[in-house]
Amino acid sequence: MREDYEVIIGLEVHAELATKTKIYCSCSTEFGSDPNTHCCPICTGMPGVLPVLNEKVVEYAVKMGLATNCKIARFSKQDRKNYFYPDLPKAYQTSQYDLPLCYEGHVDFKVNGEPKTVGITRIHIEEDAGKLIHDPYTGDTLVDLNRCGVPLIEIVSEPDIRSKDEAIEYMQTLKSILEYLEICDCKMQEGSLRCDVNLSVRKKGETKFGTRTETKNLNSFKAIGRAIEFEIDRQIKELENGGTIYQETRRWDDDKGIGYAMRTKEDAHDYRYFPEPDLAPIVLSDDYVNGIEAALPEMPNVRRERYITELGLPEYDATQITNSKKMAEFFDKAVAKCGNAKLVSNWLMSDVSRKLNESEMEIDNIKFTAEDLGDLITLIDKGTISSAIAKKVFEDMFETGDAPAKIVESKGLVQITDESAIRDLVISVINENEQSVQDFINGKDKAVGFIVGQTMKASKGKANPGIVNKLIMEELNKRKNG
Amino acid sequence: MYEKLTIHELRDKIKNKEVTIKEVVDDVFKRIEALEPKVEAFVTLNKEYAYKRAEELQAKLDNGDNIGILGGIPVAIKDNMCMKDTLTTCSSKMLSNFVSPYSGTVVTKLEEAGAIIVGKTNMDEFAMGSSTATSAHKKTTNPWDTERVPGGSSGGSAACVAADMAIASLGSDTGGSIRQPASYCSVVGLKPTYGLVSRFGLIAFASSLDQIGPFTKDVRDSAIMLNAIAGHDSKDTTSVEIEVPDYEKALDGSVKGLKIGIPTEFIKDGLNPEVKRAFDEAIEKLKELGAEVKEISLDYAKYALPVYYIIAPAEASSNLARYDGIKYGYRTANFDNLEDIYANSRTEGFGDEVKRRIMLGTYVLSSGYYDAYYKRAGQVRTLIKEDFDKAFADVDVIALPTAPNTTFKFGEKSNNPVEMYLEDIFTVPVNIAGLPGISVPCGFDSKNLPIGLQFIGKVFDEQTLLKVSYAYEQNTEHHKARPNI
Repeated sequence: MREDYEVIIGLEVHAELATKTKIYCSCSTEFGSDPNTHCCPICTGMPGVLPVLNEKVVEYAVKMGLATNCKIARFSKQDRKNYFYPDLPKAYQTSQYDLPLCYEGHVDFKVNGEPKTVGITRIHIEEDAGKLIHDPYTGDTLVDLNRCGVPLIEIVSEPDIRSKDEAIEYMQTLKSILEYLEICDCKMQEGSLRCDVNLSVRKKGETKFGTRTETKNLNSFKAIGRAIEFEIDRQIKELENGGTIYQETRRWDDDKGIGYAMRTKEDAHDYRYFPEPDLAPIVLSDDYVNGIEAALPEMPNVRRERYITELGLPEYDATQITNSKKMAEFFDKAVAKCGNAKLVSNWLMSDVSRKLNESEMEIDNIKFTAEDLGDLITLIDKGTISSAIAKKVFEDMFETGDAPAKIVESKGLVQITDESAIRDLVISVINENEQSVQDFINGKDKAVGFIVGQTMKASKGKANPGIVNKLIMEELNKRKNG
Repeated sequence: MYEKLTIHELRDKIKNKEVTIKEVVDDVFKRIEALEPKVEAFVTLNKEYAYKRAEELQAKLDNGDNIGILGGIPVAIKDNMCMKDTLTTCSSKMLSNFVSPYSGTVVTKLEEAGAIIVGKTNMDEFAMGSSTATSAHKKTTNPWDTERVPGGSSGGSAACVAADMAIASLGSDTGGSIRQPASYCSVVGLKPTYGLVSRFGLIAFASSLDQIGPFTKDVRDSAIMLNAIAGHDSKDTTSVEIEVPDYEKALDGSVKGLKIGIPTEFIKDGLNPEVKRAFDEAIEKLKELGAEVKEISLDYAKYALPVYYIIAPAEASSNLARYDGIKYGYRTANFDNLEDIYANSRTEGFGDEVKRRIMLGTYVLSSGYYDAYYKRAGQVRTLIKEDFDKAFADVDVIALPTAPNTTFKFGEKSNNPVEMYLEDIFTVPVNIAGLPGISVPCGFDSKNLPIGLQFIGKVFDEQTLLKVSYAYEQNTEHHKARPNI
């Protein structure tokens, strides 16, 4: 049944800009402070106040526009979007209506190896609203205006997305770009990056779009994926049962895994947009826009291609590492130290990622430095330690942040490569395991593994495994032929 | 008796120590206490603050320090200008308990110039009206005839200067709210070019039209007040970055060779014959003084009033939406849910005229009506501006009556809002085009009610406006007349 339908999705992504101060006043944008401590008469909408546009907001939005191949408006303006809500003390949100700062762009990315392009309709600047906090003890609703006036960009996509996977990859691509530009901290759980999903379904072959719904405020990749799946199922089931899809705004409860209708088109707001008379139009010169363009950092897709072609990384690894700017920078530093890109990539993709996931940490919170990881790999490359020992050293580095050389030295983990010392060990192990020797002589090659294991154990794992193998074979063959 | 003097007379006496600042403040408060029951110009008096300021300023002066161009001068401000820790009500029940947490830029500038803000004056609620009678607090009367209105919306600021209850005052002008009451009360009222004076701290009525300006007893004082408040403010991005001249220097007393345009066609309808007579006499006087008078046409000026009654309510409907009973101001006692708080607080907190304009504004911005009203009004606004640009290619200033009539009795026009709106027909085009305008006294009608003469200037050419006003004033006696109250 589901394969008979095509899914049409467009995303409206809100990204809080990482400016130090708010969009129209000089209050701090810091997250997590006590309620109503980053407020002034301007952002709390006191009578008589006027906004002054923070120029950084324009700069950041233009950066995002250029990085997503948008046209940059040389003349744009801000508008008032009027509605009543207790978290909006002016009773209007200053946003942009018909002349957004950036328009007609696109982003390219890959989904399961297939190239995909999603059009960007527009990117505009606006202010965030405050937060309502429901006090479960008193039943009161309290207002925290710290977030009022925190700058946002809203990135509106064309309805080009056709699946959950595409939606998530699109979101991941925007997140990477925002991080590379260093204009948003992209902490989805704190709400600094969130999205609304516009979704409709239609029978395959239909040319007209179906009626769409808008699920608001999704703030994790998981929630985006689950909300989309839920809404696809709901709409198809409704249609298959002869029902109707209503144009409505929906809310997603991620704990319960259920979406709810919030309001229908009939009771939708009439926002009565009109040009904000307190703010002059935003007029940008070619020089200004060209200056920003010239200073744009390397974008994730360019970096990914470079990793593939110059460093020989597999596409999957290159994509994973470059998705996060911090991960990519960590990678670069480690490679600069040790010169072994493939091994750094392997470590990042396996042990480092695993430990980060286990401890729910970000790469920039890790205790050791990228150079330390490079040093660890150099120790392996030079044969100072074995790969097995390296894993132990890594565990230690992760816990303590100590340099690998220090750990290796203090714990006496330097690999034994002295053949005569290893030969002594091998001989004593062979002498103690006569049965295994006999098994070997009788053609049971498996016995070798046991003796290798015993020898490694006797060396406390420090013996060079290659040398151990070589000497065991020599000694066993001596016995066999002797 | 010091309350009867002008700023320029007082500043010399204060500087020369002929009078102490405290004595001036004493006289002003004596006058206020004597006349307030009749005039009812003030919403709030800052007596304690005024005496403290007087003491500080006197000490500075005695110490040989500069106390500013308004050093020790008692002034009043309209109650829509925010002053820190002071009640700022906009003469509305909605803000009847609102104490501002900050001072607006004009208040700061007045204080820096050494002025003593003696009180906040009554006004039409949220500056919506032409009579000051929509105030939720009290009925300010016209000192020339206390059965009549002082004009509005800055009626308190006009009346207190006319009655010598303050040496000067500030008002705000969105469609004539400084010039029309100045005309009704026989004082000088100046509305500067949009963007010359910061609006930061002025509680907005219609943001693209509002402008703060002074009421004074004569033109020289008007120039001094403008010197104190004009100039770019980084807190108001609609205030323009221009070099502000010394306006007092423009007062050379001459109009020789100055070209004055008269829009005869525009002003011929609905003009009271006594106002017309005074206006014609004023023009004759200016000719006599050497001005060249030219006829001009302002074809679109007649559409300024309908344009105004779309743009101003539209902006007001948005500006006044923040008064919702949640954070400050009046909150209804009668509610079960959020919607009730909004609806009942606003129903109980706003007066009829304010509600009328909120509804008008909400309507013209509604989806489906925006293009026909708001957008169209914006286009006509451009035509009106172009009209003035054309006229100013030929003339230096434009002269016309300030209002078509003299002051009216309480209740006379309150049943018919449109009749009231027509009192602004000659003042509104100036706001629509963002130009400076001034009203100066030009005589009295047969009932001894004041008549005002309006000059309109080019953008940011307040100097020519003040120059021509000063020359006219100095060659007539009208400004010297005082109400017998």
